[in-house]
Amino acid sequence: MSELQKTPLNAAHRALGARMVDFGGWDMPVQYTGIIDEHTAVRTAAGLFDVSHMGEIEVRGPQALDLVNYVTTNDASKLAVGQVHYSGLMYETGCFVDDILVHKVSDAEYFLCVNASNQDKDFAHIEQWRKEKGFDCEAVNRGPELAQIAVQGPKAIAVLQKLTGTDLAAIKYYWFADGEVSGERARIARTGYTGEDGFEIYVAPEQAEARWRELLAAGEEFGLKPCGLGARNTLRLEAGMALYGHEIDASITPYEAGMGWIVKPAKGEFLGSDVLERQRAEGVKRKLIGLEMRGRGIGRDGYEIRVDGVAAGWVTSGGPSPTLGKNIGFGYLPVDKAVAGTAIEVVVRSQAVEAVTIPTPFYKRAK
Amino acid sequence: MSDYPETYRYTKEHEWVALDGDTGTIGITFHAQKELGDIVYVDLPRAGTKVEAGKSFGSVESVKAVSDIYSPVTGEVVEVNADLADGPEKLNEDPHGAAWLVKIRLADMGEVETLLSLEDYLAYIEA
Repeated sequence: MSELQKTPLNAAHRALGARMVDFGGWDMPVQYTGIIDEHTAVRTAAGLFDVSHMGEIEVRGPQALDLVNYVTTNDASKLAVGQVHYSGLMYETGCFVDDILVHKVSDAEYFLCVNASNQDKDFAHIEQWRKEKGFDCEAVNRGPELAQIAVQGPKAIAVLQKLTGTDLAAIKYYWFADGEVSGERARIARTGYTGEDGFEIYVAPEQAEARWRELLAAGEEFGLKPCGLGARNTLRLEAGMALYGHEIDASITPYEAGMGWIVKPAKGEFLGSDVLERQRAEGVKRKLIGLEMRGRGIGRDGYEIRVDGVAAGWVTSGGPSPTLGKNIGFGYLPVDKAVAGTAIEVVVRSQAVEAVTIPTPFYKRAK
Repeated sequence: MSDYPETYRYTKEHEWVALDGDTGTIGITFHAQKELGDIVYVDLPRAGTKVEAGKSFGSVESVKAVSDIYSPVTGEVVEVNADLADGPEKLNEDPHGAAWLVKIRLADMGEVETLLSLEDYLAYIEA
C-alpha cells in the first residue's frame, strides 16, 4: 500500500484530536468534535475546513480561454476578470472527468480548482487535448504548491475580515480577489461547498499552518469550529451539491445530473458537445432526484430504489440532514419517475423503506 | 465516560459483555462509538431471538455509515434496551452503562472465557 498523502495541516489536525481517515489516498480529518456539532456551527456561525487536498490547475497563454472552453461545458468567455463559475470537465462521451471551478485571473490565465482524487487525471486530460488541438497555451499542475482553507458560514466574513485588509464585502458570491491574509499573499474566493456564505483561501503550503491557527483564534468569539470531511459531506448534501464519484462520474452526463445550466452549446464545439446536443434534443433516459426517507432508515450510496415494488434506480448519496431533521439523499431514476412527489422505496439492508422524491436543494440559506 | 470496566469482557469487534449469573449484558465500547461518530439509529433483535457468537444480531448507524453488531456469545435475547430507539445518541454518551444494548441468557457459560480481558482489549485497540 502506498503512503497516504498529507496536507500541510496534518499535524495541526492531529493536535486538535481530529479523527483521521484515508480519503482517496489522503490522510484527512473526518471530524473533530462530531459531525452534527460541526455541521451546526457552519449553519449558525462558522466552520474552518482544510481543503488543501483539492487540486489546482493553471492554464496560461494566448489560447488559454480556447483550451478551457474546449474541455469544459460552461462558457468561460462570459467570465469577467475576478469571476468564478462551476463547470464540467468533459470526456468526448459527454460524461464527467470531474466537476470544477473556473476562475478567470486575466484574459490569458484561468485557474481551475479540481477534486483531490481527480487532479492527476484532470491534468493529464487537459494536457492531452492541449497537445491534440495545438492550443497556444500551457497547463500547470499547481496542486502541490497550494494549500486551501475554507471558512464557511454566516460569520465567515466577520472572521476572515479580522485578518485581511482586502475588503471582503466587495467580493461578490462566486468572485475572487488576489489579496492578503495576515500580510501574506492569498487568493480569496467567495465560494464554497456548504450552501452557506463563505470563502476559500489559496495560500502557499508553508503559510497554511499559521493561517489555520490565526483563523481558529479569530473565529473563537464567533463560535467558529474546525470541521472535517464528515460535516463537509452532510453540508453539501443538504445544499444539493454533487460529489464526484457519487452523483457524477465518467458514466453520467450533465443533463442526467440536472446540470443543464452548466452546458452552453452556443459557445461552439467542445468535448462531448455532439453527444450532449443529441441528448438535449432527445431528452435523457435517467435523471438525478432528491429523496426524503419516510420510513425509518437511511438510503446510502448504492442502495436500490424501487418504484411500484420494482427495481428502478439507485441511491448516490444519503444521510441524515442535521438542519432539517430528516434523512435525505440523491439517486437516479428513469426520467418518467424522476418527478418530485413520486412514492418510492429504498432497500435498506434487504428492507424496503418508504421514501419520496423531493426537489433540491434540500436546504437553502436565507439571504 | 471513557472508563472501561475491569469486570467486562471484550471482543475484537468492539462489543462488551457484563456477566450476571447466566445472563450477559451486551454493549459496544467507548472506542466503537468514537469511531462511529454521531449515532442516529440502533437496530436490535426482539426478546426471544436466538443469537449466535460471532454472528450479527443488529446494527448501529451513524451519520457516516452503518456497522453490524456481532454477538459476543450464543444464547437467547431476554431483554432489549428500549431507551435506545428514541435516544440513539445515548450510545455516544454512556456506552458502557445506560446505553447497553441487550441482555442474553448464555447457552454456554464457558464462552465468556474466550473473550478478551480489559487489558487485552486495550492493547488491541492501541495496536
